[in-house]
Amino acid sequence: MAYSQYVLVCAGTACESCRSAEIVRRLQAGVRARGLEGSVQVVRTGCFGFCAQGPVVKVLPGDHFYAQVKPEDAEEIVEEHLAKGRPVQRLLYRAPGRAAGAAAELPFYQKQFRIVLRNCGVIDPENIREYIAREGYAGLERALFEMTPDDVIEELRKSGLRGRGGAGYPTWKKWVFSKEAPANPKYIICNADEGDPGAYMDRSTLEGDPHSILEAMAIAGRTVGAQQGYIYIRAEYPLAIRRLEIAIRQAREAGLLGRDILGSGFDFDVELRLGAGAFVCGEETALIASIEGRRGMPVPRPPYPAVRGLWGKPTVINNVETLANIPVILLKGGDWFGSIGTPTSKGTKVFALTGKVNNSGLIEVPMGTTLREIIFDIGGGIKGGRRFKAAQTGGPSGGVIPEAYLDTPIDYESLAELGSIMGSGGLIVMDEDDCIVDVNKFYLEFTVDESCGKCAPCRIGGRTMYNLLTKITEGRGSVADIEQLHAVAHAMQKASLCGLGQTAPNPVLSSLRHFGEEYRIHIKDRRCPSGRCKALVTYSILPDKCIGCTLCARRCPVNCISGERRKAHVIDATRCIKCGECYEACKFGAVLRA
Amino acid sequence: MSKVKIEINGIEFETDAGATILQAAQQVGIRVPRLCYHPDLPAWAACGICVVKVAGAGKMLRACATPVEDGMKIVTHDPEIVHVRKSVLELILSTHPNDCLRCPRNGNCELQRLAADFGIRQVRYESRVAHLPEDDSTKAVVLHPEKCVKCGRCAIVCQQMQNVWALEFVGRGEGTRLAPTGDIKLAESPCIRCGQCSAHCPVGAIYEHDETDRVWRALQNPDLHCVVQIAPSVRVAIGEAFGYEPGTVLTGKTYAALRRLGFKAVFDTNFGADLTIMEEASEFVQRFVHGRGPLPLITSCCPAWTDYMEKYAPDFIENFSTAKSPHAMLAAMAKTYYAEKMGIDPAKIYMVSIMPCTAKKFEIIRSREMFDGERPYVNVSLTTRELARMVKECGIDFVELPDEEADTILGYYTGAGTIFGATGGVMEAALRTAHYLITKRELEDVNFLPVRGLEGVKDAALTIAGREIRVAAAHSMNNIETVLDRVRASRRSGGEPAYHFIEVMACRGGCVGGGGQPYGADDEVRRRRASGIYQDDAMSTKRCSHQNPYIQKLYAEYLGAPLSPRAHALLHTHYRRRPLYAR
Repeated sequence: MAYSQYVLVCAGTACESCRSAEIVRRLQAGVRARGLEGSVQVVRTGCFGFCAQGPVVKVLPGDHFYAQVKPEDAEEIVEEHLAKGRPVQRLLYRAPGRAAGAAAELPFYQKQFRIVLRNCGVIDPENIREYIAREGYAGLERALFEMTPDDVIEELRKSGLRGRGGAGYPTWKKWVFSKEAPANPKYIICNADEGDPGAYMDRSTLEGDPHSILEAMAIAGRTVGAQQGYIYIRAEYPLAIRRLEIAIRQAREAGLLGRDILGSGFDFDVELRLGAGAFVCGEETALIASIEGRRGMPVPRPPYPAVRGLWGKPTVINNVETLANIPVILLKGGDWFGSIGTPTSKGTKVFALTGKVNNSGLIEVPMGTTLREIIFDIGGGIKGGRRFKAAQTGGPSGGVIPEAYLDTPIDYESLAELGSIMGSGGLIVMDEDDCIVDVNKFYLEFTVDESCGKCAPCRIGGRTMYNLLTKITEGRGSVADIEQLHAVAHAMQKASLCGLGQTAPNPVLSSLRHFGEEYRIHIKDRRCPSGRCKALVTYSILPDKCIGCTLCARRCPVNCISGERRKAHVIDATRCIKCGECYEACKFGAVLRA
Repeated sequence: MSKVKIEINGIEFETDAGATILQAAQQVGIRVPRLCYHPDLPAWAACGICVVKVAGAGKMLRACATPVEDGMKIVTHDPEIVHVRKSVLELILSTHPNDCLRCPRNGNCELQRLAADFGIRQVRYESRVAHLPEDDSTKAVVLHPEKCVKCGRCAIVCQQMQNVWALEFVGRGEGTRLAPTGDIKLAESPCIRCGQCSAHCPVGAIYEHDETDRVWRALQNPDLHCVVQIAPSVRVAIGEAFGYEPGTVLTGKTYAALRRLGFKAVFDTNFGADLTIMEEASEFVQRFVHGRGPLPLITSCCPAWTDYMEKYAPDFIENFSTAKSPHAMLAAMAKTYYAEKMGIDPAKIYMVSIMPCTAKKFEIIRSREMFDGERPYVNVSLTTRELARMVKECGIDFVELPDEEADTILGYYTGAGTIFGATGGVMEAALRTAHYLITKRELEDVNFLPVRGLEGVKDAALTIAGREIRVAAAHSMNNIETVLDRVRASRRSGGEPAYHFIEVMACRGGCVGGGGQPYGADDEVRRRRASGIYQDDAMSTKRCSHQNPYIQKLYAEYLGAPLSPRAHALLHTHYRRRPLYAR
């Protein structure tokens, strides 16, 4: 029996934390109360991506897009929209300056192209039949019955798919190395140890479409000759873990995992391995150590895991996003996939768009899309009409990209030329209120904290760089500090053992390159242009502008502003904690931040 | 082994496939600087000092861990590489106390040497030394984490060579430390005090618990009669501290040095070893010929091994020889037999053992049999390193010393006693005497070569009086489980024991590679020290313990016979299960 209306409710981590589960319950109760169970289906889906507007509810047909829905709105949606066919106007999302429209027409979605996220926000991730209905496991079927392992590798080669975990190594090559390695058994590992601050591409994919990963791992197993797969996922992703567990169980029951898959004679099973959340465990040799029960510390490569990996056996390690592409490549062909993107970087890329951008969320765009399109068309521009300053890609291993390069088509090579990296897909937008030195201190703090401590350059160099930045943001910097930053960064890049340490200096180096002047102002003028570095900022009140409204004095948390009503006020700089409350509060521009 | 052709710094040559860049470079006279690398251990690749450039590789690679490939073009030294190494070295120094003058490793520290080689005159980076407390809880090896460079050698030695797992990386980032897991003291961990961590530490972060002060005080106490003994392997290693090649036999000079330090009598642990053989070989004969006690018999003279067994393999307690170790036997004889003979109050005899070993510091207090009432038989056990320092401190020109003799009645030894210092030696010595005890005939050729050498587990068999004796000698604790598992398997099957006699030494190479020996031991050094030991054996006029006239005299005058009640009371001990973690 077909339903006439479908209500899709985002059940990703972000929307769930905004009570989307309760929305579902109340929608279902409303549907039952009105006897609509036969015609309306309420579906808990994966992430829609438009996280800034969550919880999101979509109604089909009509593609009506409800944003920021609250549980108490559920009855109205049922009563008005589902029962009477009158969409609830007050809840429909409207892009600035536009009327409410179909979801697909929203500026946020128009320039997106979804391969990886094809099922997120569309199907119920806890129901294997919905995945199968969307051609799920058809790629595996092809790999089992229509293609040889070499055919699969050839399709991958033609697709030009490169690893989405950061380094961009051609996926087909990894598979070939493992396939041709003589040792047995072999293993497939899905690297779901997503750890960049602000990045949640993999989590959403696993939450919204877990079967796509299982299918891809089985295809990989078939291709290289492995019978066991592991998904290494951080324990902080409980929802993704739960959905994966459900998916594995359903796939086993359906004969899509386990012994003799679909009667092909091929055995393949998948188990989860939970990580404790160390960033370094995303590095493949550290990840392997962690699965083996040892402390997660990298070891030198070669030998590469593809040849000698888990328990010394050939192991393919692919990241979640890489794997999610594979079933589609097998169905639509490598040529089709290769037609998307730029000459060197094929397909799409998922980004977690965050920071000072209006439409923060999870997006997927073809390679070659420009940052301007992402930030201004999809992202809806900078919050509060502030001025764009820089975009940070590649998280703590990446770099900042200034305004001058907003029109660069994004791919692996162009980002590397700008001193950043594609990374796993974190994209953080900064505006004029962000201090570049301060932001880099944040990234270094992260890598310093996440360094495993094994190799000296990373363990010591990171902290040394961090302390140099601290000096600079506290007004104790000298020109020699910049030389030291370069020297330590060079040693870290060249002599660190793994990618974490080798790339940890990238944010600083790229910002020195693009925003060197801002460092110089911090050091020579002892000034922070954006006013972020408290030690370099003083607040004072301009007597000719102050009308004595007392608002600042009332806001001041330490009571260091004094003055009579209608007379100019004064800030006691010795007691001021530089919180900026007065600056924000003053309606007359009388508070000077310098 | 197949060969590959490579080029290093423009020199083209052939090398073994599978060699690392570091090893290959050594062949053409290029020493790539390194800090964390140690030839005993798999490359850990932590320090970042040995980075080199390989044509085609985007980044610098670690010479210690990168295998050569055919056609590889390598540059080990250019201005950029040296600059990177120097920066890394400066970073390491910026977190090191750099108080070399007060450091136990002053003069033989690998970090100090690197800093000298690189001509470090300043450290550009801010100094950040983590002030962490010392851990001297074992009273055998001291952890001094403040000096640690996190090279990881100690943990790898402890886990992979010794299979003890007392040390592990703890914490992360700059807070990373090498310590027992769970923030417990080393003495509460499974540590067996073998001291291999201290022997492999490149800096002053792990060292022997220094007791030279106690010995100096005793030597200056006019009421005490200070006596001393030196272990078999000390004589072939101590010279390294004075410029001799490893393996130079320096027994006579060591005796002379000890007399100049003020010891009233100088004994030799080799005599104790002869005595141990009398007891242990008799024990073996009891078990093997007369069926009194389980087989295999397992040697117990290595205190780190007994500690390991009590913690990790208590199912072998019954198999252990109850004979005390040689220095413990000798000490018991010094405070009874010697005291009686010389008319000295045993309470005034102060016994110092010079051992290649840190575990001996624990052994001397490990059970009540090590005490005569309240007084320990051995008062202090020093390592070879500590003795070398005392000799230097005292201004003794070791090289110019005359050869002297040990004091009888506890100083004369046979070749069987001296080979205790090398892996397989106890076994060989015991078999020489066991053969005599069983057959009442002397061996024509006392050399038993199958148990010599650095092979991890040496299996051998021989026939005495028509019966086959299967023996094994294992050294380095990671090899012992193999042997024990074979015995366990034969126990389960209820058949013939896999072995009749097993010798185990905790340290690689046996005592010549002991945790208290001079720094810088690798397999080459161990081999040379062992060859000194076997040379000492070969030069001996008597080569079997039972032929030692002073041993015969001791039994005749004092002990009666091996395994007599008096021998049991003074020369034997017992073992008990100990928990891996003390809390």
